[in-house]
Amino acid sequence: MNKQVELKDRKVIASKHVKLGQKNQKGQTYTDVNDIFYKAKQTPSFLTGSEVIRAAIKVASVGTSVAYPITPQSEAAALIGELFAEGYLDEYFRGESEFAVMGQCAGAAFGGHRVFTTTAGPGTLRAMENFPMWAGSRLPIQVCVTCRGVNSPLSIQPDTLEMHYLLETGMLVWHAETAQDLFDFILKGFIVAEQPDVHVPIAVCCDGFFVTHTKDTVELPPEDLCLTPYDPYRNPQPVMDMETAPIRMMRDPFVMKSNYISYATHASWQQEIHAAVERSRKHTIPLLDGLIDTHDIDREILIVGSGTAVSQSREAIRLLEEEGIKVGLVKIKTIRPFPYEEVKQATKNAKHIFVPEFNVSGWLAREIKANIPDNERVYVGPHVMGGMTMPSEVIVEEIKKHLGIETAATASLG
Amino acid sequence: MSNYEVKAGPEAFLPPAAASMGNVLPDEGEAHIGGKVVPEEEAYEIAARKILAAKVPTIFPGPLVLWKWTDHVAEKAKALRELANEVPMRLIPMADYRPKYPKIIQEYEINPNHPNLTIWHNKIDVCIFIGVHCHMANLSLKIIRGGTSCYTIAMCAMAGHEDACLSFRDADLNMIEKLKATIKKLKSEGVKSQAEPFTQFIMGRSGCLNE
Repeated sequence: MNKQVELKDRKVIASKHVKLGQKNQKGQTYTDVNDIFYKAKQTPSFLTGSEVIRAAIKVASVGTSVAYPITPQSEAAALIGELFAEGYLDEYFRGESEFAVMGQCAGAAFGGHRVFTTTAGPGTLRAMENFPMWAGSRLPIQVCVTCRGVNSPLSIQPDTLEMHYLLETGMLVWHAETAQDLFDFILKGFIVAEQPDVHVPIAVCCDGFFVTHTKDTVELPPEDLCLTPYDPYRNPQPVMDMETAPIRMMRDPFVMKSNYISYATHASWQQEIHAAVERSRKHTIPLLDGLIDTHDIDREILIVGSGTAVSQSREAIRLLEEEGIKVGLVKIKTIRPFPYEEVKQATKNAKHIFVPEFNVSGWLAREIKANIPDNERVYVGPHVMGGMTMPSEVIVEEIKKHLGIETAATASLG
Repeated sequence: MSNYEVKAGPEAFLPPAAASMGNVLPDEGEAHIGGKVVPEEEAYEIAARKILAAKVPTIFPGPLVLWKWTDHVAEKAKALRELANEVPMRLIPMADYRPKYPKIIQEYEINPNHPNLTIWHNKIDVCIFIGVHCHMANLSLKIIRGGTSCYTIAMCAMAGHEDACLSFRDADLNMIEKLKATIKKLKSEGVKSQAEPFTQFIMGRSGCLNE
């Protein structure tokens, strides 16, 4: 459940969209995001993550969604198709591949639509070239990434390695722990990504199957409210038409010319995209109630995680508590922008920092190690990958082993 | 709180984006001066004094005020002309964002891909960006800060620009008139414009009409 945010703390400026308060063709009232989350009555529903994606898109005033099947996002993509059939979206169709889908999303966004799509694993990597293109073109498209394995031999099971590849694309990258996070992040993500000073794409990531295919209780606002539509007139850049002024960028590409200071322009352009990601902090903090959540961070042992690794850590902390070992928790909600200062502050008193992850590279641990002092405090793990689960006992065992406390090997428990 | 001060350059071969240094954009009713967020009211006089002290103060109107999308834009453009006359300031348009080949005509135009050429050529020491799409303004402002000593002022209709030395946000007709009024008031108090004499060029379809 979201915490109440006082009006004085709100930095996401209330919508001034001309359609605010009007009804759409489905009878839903265009409503400011602050009112949807903080004023409207929230009702509990018991849904899978895929159903949660449908519920979010139903009230998101999305113009276009393009679908392509790949597990574990196929169900969500199909459910959005149902919404189209019911008249909640203007356009919905199947692309020829993930690469095509992301290009088609770009076209719809250039045309002024709010655009949503979903992908996963190898699909994310197949589409990869488009993500920095979206960012460079300042297109605030949202892709929901339901993370799974990416490598051969193929695995459809949960693995967050693909998020590592997304980190420097110039997109906002948020990581949902639960179905509730997923619902909130999708709706709030549109609002943050579409701010004129941000206006870059957003990847709302969740761990496939753990979130998408399990049921959870989710607090939902009334279905007769919906987000105010995307306002293309607040775009910080005119449409990058390839042939026509004012941005005839593909016909007169400064990157192709070596005269004047064309390379400085390209450098400045890249800097601007990363600056836009940084600017999103101001809008994200009040909407997500901070870029991180913390619990008992005065303790000497901390677990820092994102996604479902946080859920497993919560149970591990409870098990450790039973043995008298006190552990605190830092949950990271936004990976881009990365909450450098927040993590630095939250971990300043910790002597041991554990970073459990569902991937082989340990990208979250790398980020943390690179940004806090005395980083020998960071223990990179435990790790699982390729679809393995991470039982809470494994986290308990790693922490105890690292602290020199005798423990039975979890693997031997069968 | 960031300690990064956004000053007139030349700063570096490739200066950083101020947002990446931790600078935060002002909220409604605020502006920023050098990266420090201040009440909007405070920024008018600082901007006016900078403009009056400049030898070649120049307004760079962008497409959003050059092309008559709405009547509101026409009002804004008229107010800008009056502001330029009041100081007096030159008007050099950023009519579009295409890179210009084989070369830019530095006397008559500025371009976000190589804005420093226009600033160097005309020895512009204070400029106002207005009506330029935010992304393109930010591209230009960093390049200008990197390679020139020009003091940049942004009158942004949206959220403002950390990469300008001074930035207003939500800039509308009223704010342009308020800046003009502040300049007028300072002049009445004895602050003289240091602008060098110039003749504002007038462009027609065949080029400059008053050369």
